[in-house]
Amino acid sequence: MAVAAVSEYKFASRDSLDKFHGNQLLFVGWDKHLMFYGTAAFPLPPSMKFSDLFVGPLAQYYGAHPDFAKIDWSAVTWLSGNQPFKPDYDKSLAENGIGHKDCLRFQTPGLDGLFGICF
Amino acid sequence: MDMNVKKKLGLKERYHLMTRDLAWDATYQKEEEIYPQLAYEGIKIHDWDKWEDPFRLTVDAYWKYQAEKERKLYAIIDAFAQNNGHLTVTDARYVNALKLWLNGITPLEYEAHKGYARLGREFKGVGASVACQMQSIDELRHAQTQIHAMSNYNRFYNGLDDWHHKADRMWYYSVPKSFFEDALSAGPFEFITAISFSFEYVLTNLLFVPFVSGAAYNGDMAAMTFGFSAQSDESRHMTLGLEVIKFMLEQDPQNVPIVQGWIDKWCWRGVRLLTLVGMMQDYMLPKRVMSWKEAWEIYFEGNGMALFNDLARYGIKVPECVEQVRKEKEHITHQAWLTFNSANFLTNFHTWIPSKEELDWLDAKYPDTFPKYYRPRFEYFQKLEDEGKPFFTAGLPRVCQLCQIPVFYTEPDDPTQLAYEEGTYMGEKFQFCSTFCHKIFDNEPEKFVQSWIPPHQIFQGNCFPEGTNPTVEGFDPIRNVAAYYDIEWGRENGPFVGSEDQKNFAKWRDQTTKN
Repeated sequence: MAVAAVSEYKFASRDSLDKFHGNQLLFVGWDKHLMFYGTAAFPLPPSMKFSDLFVGPLAQYYGAHPDFAKIDWSAVTWLSGNQPFKPDYDKSLAENGIGHKDCLRFQTPGLDGLFGICF
Repeated sequence: MDMNVKKKLGLKERYHLMTRDLAWDATYQKEEEIYPQLAYEGIKIHDWDKWEDPFRLTVDAYWKYQAEKERKLYAIIDAFAQNNGHLTVTDARYVNALKLWLNGITPLEYEAHKGYARLGREFKGVGASVACQMQSIDELRHAQTQIHAMSNYNRFYNGLDDWHHKADRMWYYSVPKSFFEDALSAGPFEFITAISFSFEYVLTNLLFVPFVSGAAYNGDMAAMTFGFSAQSDESRHMTLGLEVIKFMLEQDPQNVPIVQGWIDKWCWRGVRLLTLVGMMQDYMLPKRVMSWKEAWEIYFEGNGMALFNDLARYGIKVPECVEQVRKEKEHITHQAWLTFNSANFLTNFHTWIPSKEELDWLDAKYPDTFPKYYRPRFEYFQKLEDEGKPFFTAGLPRVCQLCQIPVFYTEPDDPTQLAYEEGTYMGEKFQFCSTFCHKIFDNEPEKFVQSWIPPHQIFQGNCFPEGTNPTVEGFDPIRNVAAYYDIEWGRENGPFVGSEDQKNFAKWRDQTTKN
């Protein structure tokens, strides 16, 4: 559907890729860990190696959780756009087909947060 | 002798004659040029004279009533100020509820004033036009009297001094601001459905009870008196909300699906916005009136449903979102306060972890969810705080493109699973907190691609003070964003415990009872 308007109603997206100074937006959530106020958002270069997420942005955002240090990244499963996704850790975000404003989620079997409530 | 006595006109007839006589039919200008906004939303009005004036106030009567209320209100505000009334509130934590209100809600009163002024001009019917003009003046008065009622606190406490600056910049104010701007940028019929019906009629009690009763419960005579002064206006606004809906529905059957769409949209948007108010109710009032859940049950599930039963004869259905809200009422205020508490470095009010007694109160009010899902989190954070390592989330979150609230909401049927909802428009992806926000986006994507999403704006470099160079070594983005918001670091933000507000309040209150 379209906006009801008195004249032509067309505006550019406020968050198009060109506005992020060479970065792209990436959202990364950690399932079953609700200690944080939601899924992390990062501006990242598309050339960033996927595995650099772990010690960089993800460690900064999620590192305070006692489960974080225990993560075995080789055992982690991923979702992209809520669908199963198998990233190549040695390739870049772009090479993994990850685009602007994509949303990834990772799952760490055996690490289900605190108190049995996925905290 | 036979006297030919004319029957005296009743108030209704007099008002009708007076207002209708204000109008005339245009003869040398086209109607659509005089009222350019009446047709494009698809609402068909065949006879504006069928409008039932919900309150028959003449301008002179209106002026007289309002002046009387103003005199009383300002007498009490003056007395409150002169007697150091701020020291009679339950606890300095209460002032943080005022900060949230003044920054988040008061600007909406002013926006409402603008919206109704436009409707006063755009509506063709004189009855509707006069009603909107009066409401416009009411809303302006509410903005002013709220500012005056709270200005006394500004002399003593942090975080109240520049709400107009923050309202346009601060991350969480984008939630109420975008809500209202969505309404203001809609056509006149959608605006009046959004604000007069969905907000003023269906949801207003959920807004006013926590604030006004909260003020009364917590010894804030100034804010409480503002509330009473606004109350008679609010009841007029509610009446207008209902009249406008019935009027549109009775004018043409084709109006029904359009109005239903707006009711669905604005009930959901309103409830999402009320997350902040519910949080205030459950966490920020030292002495609580009732829980968010109780308020929702009384004012929506009880009173609101009676209203929708009444509207069923026009073919109006209860908004679909109600079922999800019923589930979420157990969770959202806790999720919101946990969020603010772990982001309090970037707020202009203080946060705190509820005391043991307060956790017990929450246990009792939310027996099915709080003891299991939320109490352990607060106790964990309290433990970290006691160890001198308070918890913060070090980064920025994913925000809903529509309601602009960080997606801290969980799936309606699974409180351990964060909500994920994604959409695409013109090849660009968008994130949402719920299927309802997603649906509203899909109905008007051209509008909501313009959303000013705070984390995205920060990442684009638009939220640093002018002249900032974010590429220099040691650049601290958070401190620079705080400077852009005009947060006085270390005074306005951070935990309540140890704050200047807490210390001053304790010292001043002590001075009122001892030498």
